[in-house]
Amino acid sequence: MEHSENILLEVKGLEKYYGDTPVLRQINLTVHKGEVVVVLGPSGCGKSTLLRCMNGLEEIQHGDISYQGHSLTKGKTVWREIRQHIGMVFQNYELFPHLTVMDNILLGPLKVQRREKQEARAHAEELLTRVGLLNRKSAYPRELSGGQKQRIAIVRALCMKPEMMLFDEVTASLDPEMVREVLDVILGLARQGMTMIIVTHEMGFARSVGDRIVFMDQGFICEETTPELFFTNPTTERAKQFLDIFQY
Amino acid sequence: MQSLGVEVLFEGSNFERLLGGLGVTITIAFSSIIFSTLSGGIMGLLRTSAPAIIRLLLRVYLEMFRIIPILVWLWVVHFGLTPALQIEVSGEFTSIVVFSLWGAAEVGDLVRGALESLPRHQVETGKALGFSYMQLYRYILIPQAVRRVLPGMINLATRMIKTTSLVVLIGVIEVVKIGQQIIEIGVIKAPNASFWVYGFIFILYFIICYPLSRLAKKYELKWHSL
Repeated sequence: MEHSENILLEVKGLEKYYGDTPVLRQINLTVHKGEVVVVLGPSGCGKSTLLRCMNGLEEIQHGDISYQGHSLTKGKTVWREIRQHIGMVFQNYELFPHLTVMDNILLGPLKVQRREKQEARAHAEELLTRVGLLNRKSAYPRELSGGQKQRIAIVRALCMKPEMMLFDEVTASLDPEMVREVLDVILGLARQGMTMIIVTHEMGFARSVGDRIVFMDQGFICEETTPELFFTNPTTERAKQFLDIFQY
Repeated sequence: MQSLGVEVLFEGSNFERLLGGLGVTITIAFSSIIFSTLSGGIMGLLRTSAPAIIRLLLRVYLEMFRIIPILVWLWVVHFGLTPALQIEVSGEFTSIVVFSLWGAAEVGDLVRGALESLPRHQVETGKALGFSYMQLYRYILIPQAVRRVLPGMINLATRMIKTTSLVVLIGVIEVVKIGQQIIEIGVIKAPNASFWVYGFIFILYFIICYPLSRLAKKYELKWHSL
């Protein structure tokens, strides 16, 4: 490991079970600063669960996850602290329905991080401008389209100033014409050097945004390679079968 | 010439007495509603987050008030419990205690229902933003639950106001009882007294309860999308 000082997140020998059923097996994964890792795989392969383990929404049974060299599984981890560094956006764009867009975004920075209101608001407005939604800052979630809600959810996570972002199938429940606007936001983040782990079913997007593709099946990581190689010349049979589904 | 009977309302101090009786009704109803709301809110939180044994006990408590008529509760406490414990309390006080206990159970159930109806993702999203459990409840869950609970709460409040008419049966002189007293005396001179007196009481209840019904309707419309 020549760039070990650049490692942000490291997963070693992770195992997770639901009861007796294994969902994640022998997972080893290293994410460097600024890297975009795209996790692909069929439904139920464990990719979303893996993501949820990384910010403590799921418990793990074996192995270790470390963030910036500190183990998150040994000793007492204050997940509330970690989650401010590792932002996450979900498939179900859950904005808080009783709050306006601006209040949704500011709740975390003001209440969790206790930041200065002026500064947090300016930060939020800058992020909203970047995703083209500054004019909707006083709207309530019910007045927004799915794509807009998801962009706001991304802004809400970014406003916590995370060092890393986890995206869990963020376009999966969107109408096709709204997928693009959300993916563009994520692509923009990649260009700015944000470290990200992205679970997605959008193959074209995976290919263009990813520095590395991790292909999972039945709880294992089957293949880990560059997007170029993965999409043109996958080595495992499972990956070939998986990619065939997307060819007509 | 036979009188119309309407004058019975204004004879002597009858009008003031009826309003006084209404005051007793309102005192019992609104004190109970306030106590119910406070303790019921806590009960609702406990019913969604406390250990299983406490949740079970609260459940049993709710069912006891649902299964046993309020009138029986009033009798048991007023004629059974307080004499047995040799405590001397007014019927009014007993009424407030029984109504508060009933209301707390019902409010608790409304709050539990509202909290459980919130999407699970809300909790996860909040956690992923670094909220503690306290912050989750304070900023995300409770504000949303309040909106969902309000229409049900207002309906409960009108039910409680109406049910206070039972307290006459443990000797509390409230608006209906005063009405009866006025009729008993007035009926000699005006055979129609009961029509006017009960009619007036009808209007009094309507004046208290109708705005609450309207309020419930208004919030249902305003927040139904949440």
